[in-house]
Amino acid sequence: MSKKSDQKHEVETTGHVWDGIEEYNNPLPRWWLWVLYACIAWGIWYVIAYPAWPMINQATAGYKGWSTRANIAVELAEAEAANAEINAKLASTELTMIAKDPELQSYAASAGNAVFKTWCAQCHGSGAAGTKGYPNLLDNDWLWGGDVDAIHTTIRHGVRSDDDDDTRYSEMPKFGEILEQEEITQVVNFVMSLSGTPDDASTVTPGSVVFADNCASCHADDGTGDREQGAPNLTDAIWLYGGDYDTLTQTVTNSRFGVMPPWSTRLSEAEMRAVAAYVHQLGGGE
Amino acid sequence: MVDAKTPEPPSLYAAREPVFPKKVYGKFRNLKWLIMAVTLGVYYLTPWIRWDRGPNLPDQAVLIDLANRRFFFFWIEIWPHEFYFIAGLLVMAGLGLFLFTSALGRVWCGYTCPQTVWTDLFILVERWIEGDRNARLRLHRQKKWDLRKLRLRLTKWIVWLLIGAATGGAWVFYFTDAPTLMGDLLMLSAHPVAYTTIAILTATTFFFGGIAREQVCTYACPWPRIQAAMIDEDTLIVGYRDWRGEPRKHSEAVKEGEPQGDCIDCMACVNVCPVGIDIRDGQQLECITCALCIDACDDIMEKIGKPRGLIDYMALTDETRERAGHPPKPIMQHILRPRTLMYTSLWSLVGILLVFALFVRPDIEMTVAPVRNPIFVTLADGSIRNTYEVRLLNKHGDDRPFRLSVTGDPAVRLQLEGTAYDTVSVPADSTKLQRLYLVAAPGAAAAQTKRSDIRLWVEDISNGERAYKNTVFNGKER
Repeated sequence: MSKKSDQKHEVETTGHVWDGIEEYNNPLPRWWLWVLYACIAWGIWYVIAYPAWPMINQATAGYKGWSTRANIAVELAEAEAANAEINAKLASTELTMIAKDPELQSYAASAGNAVFKTWCAQCHGSGAAGTKGYPNLLDNDWLWGGDVDAIHTTIRHGVRSDDDDDTRYSEMPKFGEILEQEEITQVVNFVMSLSGTPDDASTVTPGSVVFADNCASCHADDGTGDREQGAPNLTDAIWLYGGDYDTLTQTVTNSRFGVMPPWSTRLSEAEMRAVAAYVHQLGGGE
Repeated sequence: MVDAKTPEPPSLYAAREPVFPKKVYGKFRNLKWLIMAVTLGVYYLTPWIRWDRGPNLPDQAVLIDLANRRFFFFWIEIWPHEFYFIAGLLVMAGLGLFLFTSALGRVWCGYTCPQTVWTDLFILVERWIEGDRNARLRLHRQKKWDLRKLRLRLTKWIVWLLIGAATGGAWVFYFTDAPTLMGDLLMLSAHPVAYTTIAILTATTFFFGGIAREQVCTYACPWPRIQAAMIDEDTLIVGYRDWRGEPRKHSEAVKEGEPQGDCIDCMACVNVCPVGIDIRDGQQLECITCALCIDACDDIMEKIGKPRGLIDYMALTDETRERAGHPPKPIMQHILRPRTLMYTSLWSLVGILLVFALFVRPDIEMTVAPVRNPIFVTLADGSIRNTYEVRLLNKHGDDRPFRLSVTGDPAVRLQLEGTAYDTVSVPADSTKLQRLYLVAAPGAAAAQTKRSDIRLWVEDISNGERAYKNTVFNGKER
């Protein structure tokens, strides 16, 4: 007992003294030291077991061969397997019936969103609002039809594609090779008058004659277009390339030839159906 | 020992000096038993209290439902976005701790800290199995592991493990339906996370309560260091009236003929101390102010016919007064001082704000996120359409029909995606994400103005409760 109390009062010091204040060198508790040693041992094991030392090209692999890339491959396969059942259901359900099944519709919209962001957003924009020459998928104006079956067909076979025999196809002639410059000016003014104000009102009446002779076969007598041929409705407020005089003159003179790839070569049936359902519920679906 | 001539390098080890607290009787000990029973009772029994919330919600009174991100507390249900209630409670707990520390010193450490309560329970078990201080000391010093020592130690460890398992077991019940989980645990069909959690908590309880004990307070816990900032000379602490007790019996001064003080150096205060210090040495970092030395000393003082309170709760200001021959200040005069009153006001303020927030919070809510990609869509007839992602919150225990409407511009019409109606059903106790369209006719002011202020309303048709959110409508500027 006396030895103990002696030790208690005779504390080891480091020899450092500031203004008479000595720095004690009190011993650490044993359990604390064991924790420290355990941490050191664990650190050594960790360096051997896991990727640790940075080398020139990549870090040392570690004997466990652990890598995030391998993990993600496993996770992707697991996700694929987990969705296999609902994907099969999606691929076999009639397209118009998908929206009637809340679970399937919810899945299709989410999966379709992912597919859209991956494959479609490059042209149609991540918000599906399109841009000049690439249709806006949010509005209620459709070139080839806006019900879910029509959207699915467009996705599956593409537009004016060389790689798919069933692709959506139509071609507007280059009227610059057919019409006189004056006639083009007249028809452009007539087309502008269909949806708003023409550039030059005096040319509208002769323009209607030019339209009836050259354009009405595809765009219909009243200019409302023909979805069978992907001929745009010229009477509404929506323009794929622009509704101003210069752009329309350019369109009539040189024509347009927008293409879209057939996605059946890259997407599964379930993915195509999902993205069709997604596009259909963006606000413009019919 | 370090010899002056042959200095040895100082050892980095300091073995724990075992502490064998002796049994003690007295008012503070009784208070501690009471607090132990209440705190442990609350901890072990709370998950088993039932509370009927209807068919769609759990009927456990206190439940942290991590899977569904809900916290149930009797009649209160907290959603994740209302986490500020929990933050507020934590602020109150902090301020309450400051208040109690500035008034009563380390009263949290001495009476209610889980480390203290479970250590006390473990010491109780130890005393019950191995006997009181002297018997335990003998057992400790006995080098040979004979059958008796083995039996006593094993019994003690098994009881400790059972307490640890019950502690971990009670913990997991807070996170899922207790009776169901109890059945699953017994049938060995519960989720591995439950078993892992129980195993970890069993081990930590055993280690902290049985083995580490006062070392947790002395070496590991930051709170003893922090609370020095809240303690001042009016704070009640456990102290020794050395002006009354000294010179103690057996001291050099008494041997040389000085009159002996009240302390008879019986070591009762040291023998009962759970952290193994001598309170007569003065204020020490290790002291958790559990007040057991007060009980021990009062008992001795009574036996030798001296007044109680040689070791007592006192404030540092009392020392100067008492040395000068005055009586100590009444306890309430120590406790009521600007510092404690300030802590009390802050604590009450936060509490009042929380209760107020609890009463005014709505049962239905709506958040509106305008879709900005693109900010508007031109429709075929020239109308301008804006899209909004609306999240509807139904905090009721049943499905509710919510009607959505818009005010601010009569020319703006509202449509909902996926339905021709303006009403959607929101499932019980959940949220529903609904896409909402606002359409302004081509000639309308909103269609031609860059930004118009509008207000979206949601109404619970079943009881007329309403909520709104202000947002903007983006038009096509001409």
